[in-house]
This record gives sequence, structure tokens and C-alpha cells, in this order.
Amino acid sequence: MIVELGHFALILALCVAVIQTVVPMWGAQTRQAGLMAVAEPAAVMQLLLVGFAFAALTYAFVNSDFSLAVVTANSHTLKPLLYKVSGVWGNHEGSLLLWTLILALFGASAAWFGGNLPSGLKARVIAVQGSIGVAFLLFMLLTSNPFWRLEVPPLNGQDLNPLLQDPGLAFHPPFLYLGYVGLSMSFSFAVAALIEGRVDAAWARWVRPWTLAAWIFLTIGIAMGSWWAYYELGWGGFWFWDPVENASFMPWLLAGALLHSAIVVEKREALKSWTILLAILAFGFSLIGTFIVRSGVITSVHAFANDPERGVFILMILAFFTGGALMLFAWRAGALEAKGLFSVISRESALVANNILLAVSAFVVFVGTIWPLVAELALGRTLSVGAPFFDAAFTPFMVGLALILPVGAMLAWKRGDAGRSVRSLWAAGVLAVALMALAFAVQTGRSALGPVGIGLGAWVIFGALTDLWSRAGRMLARVPRLPRADWGRVTAHAGFGVTIIAVAVMNAWKVEDIRVVQIGESYPLGPYTVTLNAVNEVQGPNFLSTMADMTVTRGGVFVAHLFPEKRFYPVAQMPTTEAAIDYAFTRDLYLVIGDAQDGGGWAVRSYIEPLANWLWGGAGMMALGGLISLTDRRFRVAAGARRPGAVPAE
Amino acid sequence: MIRALVLALVVLAAPALAVQPDEVLADAALEARARAISQQIRCPVCQGESIDDSSAPISRDLRIIIRERLVAGDSDTAVIDYIVDRYGEFVLFNPRSTGSGLVLWLAGPAMLIVGVGVAAVAFRRRRAVVERELTTEERAKLNDLLKG
Repeated sequence: MIVELGHFALILALCVAVIQTVVPMWGAQTRQAGLMAVAEPAAVMQLLLVGFAFAALTYAFVNSDFSLAVVTANSHTLKPLLYKVSGVWGNHEGSLLLWTLILALFGASAAWFGGNLPSGLKARVIAVQGSIGVAFLLFMLLTSNPFWRLEVPPLNGQDLNPLLQDPGLAFHPPFLYLGYVGLSMSFSFAVAALIEGRVDAAWARWVRPWTLAAWIFLTIGIAMGSWWAYYELGWGGFWFWDPVENASFMPWLLAGALLHSAIVVEKREALKSWTILLAILAFGFSLIGTFIVRSGVITSVHAFANDPERGVFILMILAFFTGGALMLFAWRAGALEAKGLFSVISRESALVANNILLAVSAFVVFVGTIWPLVAELALGRTLSVGAPFFDAAFTPFMVGLALILPVGAMLAWKRGDAGRSVRSLWAAGVLAVALMALAFAVQTGRSALGPVGIGLGAWVIFGALTDLWSRAGRMLARVPRLPRADWGRVTAHAGFGVTIIAVAVMNAWKVEDIRVVQIGESYPLGPYTVTLNAVNEVQGPNFLSTMADMTVTRGGVFVAHLFPEKRFYPVAQMPTTEAAIDYAFTRDLYLVIGDAQDGGGWAVRSYIEPLANWLWGGAGMMALGGLISLTDRRFRVAAGARRPGAVPAE
Repeated sequence: MIRALVLALVVLAAPALAVQPDEVLADAALEARARAISQQIRCPVCQGESIDDSSAPISRDLRIIIRERLVAGDSDTAVIDYIVDRYGEFVLFNPRSTGSGLVLWLAGPAMLIVGVGVAAVAFRRRRAVVERELTTEERAKLNDLLKG
């Protein structure tokens, strides 16, 4: 019964979405306040209906209602409750429902928090948001209905893919979708602005928090996915340039560019049409990501079921929204009048350079991701594009970005003085070079990757600190009272530097050891000594585990007691490896237990992952920087209401 | 009995870890080269894994072939060519930059040049439009404004 109500709510939501699209848009075109006012209740209604449908599906999962096809395919009575719930979005149909729920959530948020928006703009934004809802609700109801019943329900389900039964992965998709779908707000604002033919500082101030929020969620979502891959897949890698990873990375890069160009629109009323174009492209890439994950066109480790019918449908959605918005852009962009002038050496130009580098790097990822498809269709060549290509083709642009970041962030608006900016950064530069030299001296006979990465990251971090120092007028007392926008910028930029260091060092200085170990035997791992004490069989709730008991010491001093596991999930007939990790500030010890060997003993893989925590820390700092920025006064208080001398720290 | 059966099942179904201890070469330099090569070779039957990460039997065979060729004295390129001859271009994660592959490799740099070019043209055009419309006094004022 509840399931049928959920199904019915989804159909009603489609009807409401159609009204939400048509009526306010018509009202805004014909300036009828009554019709425009439909937008808000429609957006809230939409959220309630999709929310109810989602709750109904969750209910079915929690109660193991195996008369539903998705529950049967992705759940099991023995599965822990957390994974029964996360199983709701651990499959194509349910994740699409989550996608739509978040879309409705953003639409309703526009209604709730859009109090200071002009009524026309607000009505149009909510209408565009509604139209995306129509497309995805239709997609769900026509090709991927989560409420599809089975004629003969089985006694038990087929269990969720064991790799997905993990707390990290339970929360990874919701964050990622909050990011993907959050970009729909930037898109809706861009389309609404194109229809109105007006983009000004106020528009940028409204659109920026949404973009910032989407970018923060994407950052967290991507970092969680990367962390999950690191500890779950069992060889300590954190990024594989897999098509699905790329699908989330491209919108992240473009959202990063959009964040920065929106600042130029807000402060200087320049780069308007470019910002609109970026907003369209960023959401376009979210849709391309959805297409890549769900169509199965590009094979990947975590692509959902391959279904050409679904692929064609998403391609139609993609063509309609991206193509339509780009046509609107071509038609109307000329109406956007630019105001701010700036010279070649200025903050504006530095942000343009940031945008070019981020957009080009996103383009490189895009070309690399679809190249196998292009080569097969157009050239008849079956080939692969993987990590070696992306490492070589993508990295130079990030290096360029890191090099110009500290200088650009300190240039003045309109017309800057490059000499002055460079002079104030000399200490940061000297420190960075010194650290690089130190790293060269410490390592012997290894590639330049580690030291160069450290130097580059240090340059960005010290550059960010210099930025903070000079914003405070070189007075310590003023530092805590700087606006949150400054704190946010500095934190995020420093986080970028930390991430660069971690990526370079993890790639360059990782220590790996593969060997057969007898029970009771010890072996050296860098400065550590590892002992395999025992290997036991352990019964889990829905799996069997082969669990090793290992001790790590350093110079006779106890460091860690670790239990790497090999699990087998009988229902899904799938094995997984569970690495045991000792986390520390400067390194992770990462142990993996393998097979029992014919001649006795066990295969064991051990790694020292230097600065692994800096990677998640760096990503966390970037997200935190965004969050601090988001709480800046100017987003909370109407423009012009800021009193001079007001203390922003609260 | 059931326990033994389950255990047997576990052992049979367990994933062989990527590189096995018995594959590792005694010569550290050769082993490092073997690892570097196998990170560039895609497992032919998996989805997007290199043979270095993959637990499929064919990946193990390929890893062993690579090591045999290296021990026999082949260069890195010779080993890679040997594998590509047998399994095709598909197994190369690092696509060749010859022929149509050049398009892939040059796409990024080309786009960078286009981006910088477009920005430069747009910048000059705006400048030119503004300056043509200004009188001398206004131009002086503009200079002042830009300085401020």
C-alpha cells in the first residue's frame, strides 16, 4: 500500500513539475504576479511529493519488501540496517530518485531563501528548475521505475554489492548528487538571466552561494569516493582516472572556474557572458556524468546496469538542456552589457587565467574520457585511455594554476602592480624553494616528482598565508577580524597546496612490500618491523572473514596492532579485501592479507603511504574554505547594508 | 564438515591479490621496470583495471610474460610492443601519440592556445571600443580610474 502511494506521489510530482515549469514562466513573460506566485507553493509541493516517494522506497528497503524488483536485486534480510537504507541509492532506479529528491530540495530552497530576489527572476529560476524535474521524473517513470513490482516475490533478496556495503560509500553518493544537482541552480539562474537579458552584480551575488554550496558538496563527495577507493580496493591507490571518477571531476573543475568568474561579475561587472556560459557548461557536464555512469557507453568499474534505452533518454535530456541553453546563449549573450574595464595585469586577468586553466584541464579530462568512444566510432580503433595519459596531459595545467595562484590572488582589481605582488611574496618563494631543496637532499636517487610537488604546494600555502597577512595590513591584531570571505579564500587556497603536496608525495615516496609470511614470522617495512601473529576465521553478520592478526613495531617500540581481513559474502558470491590501516600525521601503514600459499604461509602486501591524511585534509580544507566563504556577511545581509567598521567575527 | 566446505569455498573464491609474491623478480631494478610497464597495460577482461591492480588470471599471465621478456634482456618498448602485437592497442592505457592519437595529445595544448587567443582578442576589442569613443580628457580620467 505504502509502495503504491509512493508510486502515485511520483506521478503527482510529475504533474506538479509541469505546472511549476509552465505557469510561473508564462506569468513572468506576461508580468502576471498571480501566475508567478504559483512558483513557490509548486516547488514546495514538488519536494513533499518526491520526499514521500523516497520515504516509501526507504520503507520498502528497511522492511525487505521483496515484491519490489529493486529491493530484491539490491537487498537481503541479513544486511545491516545502515546498508538497507544506503541500498536505496545503491542502484540505478533508487539513485535516480535521490537525484530527483535533491533537485526538488534545491527548487524548494530557491523558494525559501529567495526572499530578496526580484519576483520575475525568482519565478523563472524555479520554473527552469521545474523543467529539469519534469525531464528526470519522466525518465524515471518511463524507463527506470523504482516502484516496479515482481509478479512472484522471492523469499529473499540478492544482496547489495559487498563493495558498496561500507560506511564511506553509504554517504558518498548523496554528497556527490548534492554537488551535481546543486549546479542545476547555477544553470537555472543562468537561463533565467538570459531570458531576462540582464546580468549584474546582484545576480552574481545570488548565484554565487548556490555554486559555492554545490562545489563544497562535490569536493566532499569526490574526497569520500577517493578515500573509499583508498581503503577498500586494497592497493592503496586513491585516484584511477576511471570514467566515472572523471564524470564527477569535470563538473568540479568547471564549478571551481565558475566560482572565480562569478566574483569578477560581482565585484567588477565584467566576464558576464563567460560566466553564464560556464554555468551552463558546469551543469552540462553534470548531465554528461549522469550519462556516462548510467548508459554503460563507456565501461567502468562502477557503472550501473548497461541499458541503451536509458542511455538514449539521458542523451535526449542532455541535448535538450545543454543544447537549448547554448542556443539561448548564442541568441541573447549579446544583450549582456559588460561594464568593468581592466588592464592586463589585474585581479580580473588573473581570474581569467584561472578560468582558462581550469576549463582547459576539464576539457583534457573530457577528451580523454570520450576518446575511446570517438576512436571506435570514427576511426574503428579500439583503444584505452588511462592514468598514464591523464597524469601527463592534465598535470601541467594544475602546475600552471598553482604557479600563478599566489601572485594572482594578491593583485589589485582593475590595474595591479605585478612587481609589488611578487615582492611581497619573496619570502613565500624562498621558503618553497628551500623546502624543495631539502626534499631533494633527503631523498636519494628518486624522481623529481616528490620535491617539485612539495615546493609547488609550499608556494601555494605560503602564498595564501602572505595573502592573509597583507590583507590584514601586516598587523597581527587585525588578522582575526578579517572578513570571512578572506578567511575562506585563504583556507581553500592553502587546502589546494596541501593536496598538491599529498598527491606528489604519495605517488613518489610510497613504499611497497609483497611477500609470503609464515605465522609468527617478522619482516622489515621501511623503519618498521611487522609480525604476522595469527590468521583466524571470523563470522560477520552477512559475510565470512579471514582475519590476520599483525603487530607493527619500530625499534622495539609498539606502534600498532592491525587486523587486515579478506571477506566473502556468500549471498552475492563476492569476495572483498579489507585493508588494515594505522593512520598517522606523516604516514599511513597499510596492510593487506592475501591467499594462503601452497608451501605454507600467507601472501601479505604492506605499504607505507606518506602524507596520505594530507590528501583528505587538503580536500577538507578546500571544502571548509568554501563553507567559511558561504557564511560571509554579504551573502547573509542585503547589499549595501554593511556598516563600515562592523566586526564580522561572531 | 560444513565449516570445511565453507572454508574451501572462501579459499577458492577469494581474489588473488594483484602482484603475487612468487612473481616478484629478485633483481630490484628489473622488478621496478616490470611494475612500471604493467601499470600501463590494461587487463583485457576487466573493466578499466591495469594488470598491475587486477586479480584476473590473464593479468597474472601477462605480468609473468613481461618479467620473462625483461629477464631475456628486452627493452621496455620492446616488451610493450610484444604485448600490443598480441593483444592489440586496447591494452595500452597510454595511447600512442601517432596518427589520430596526436589529436588526443594535442587537444589540451590546442585548447589552451585557443583560450588565451580568445581572451586576448576580447580584451583588445573592448579596449579599442572604449578608447575610440573617448576624448583626450576622458582618456586621462580613465587612466586615473584604472590606477585607483
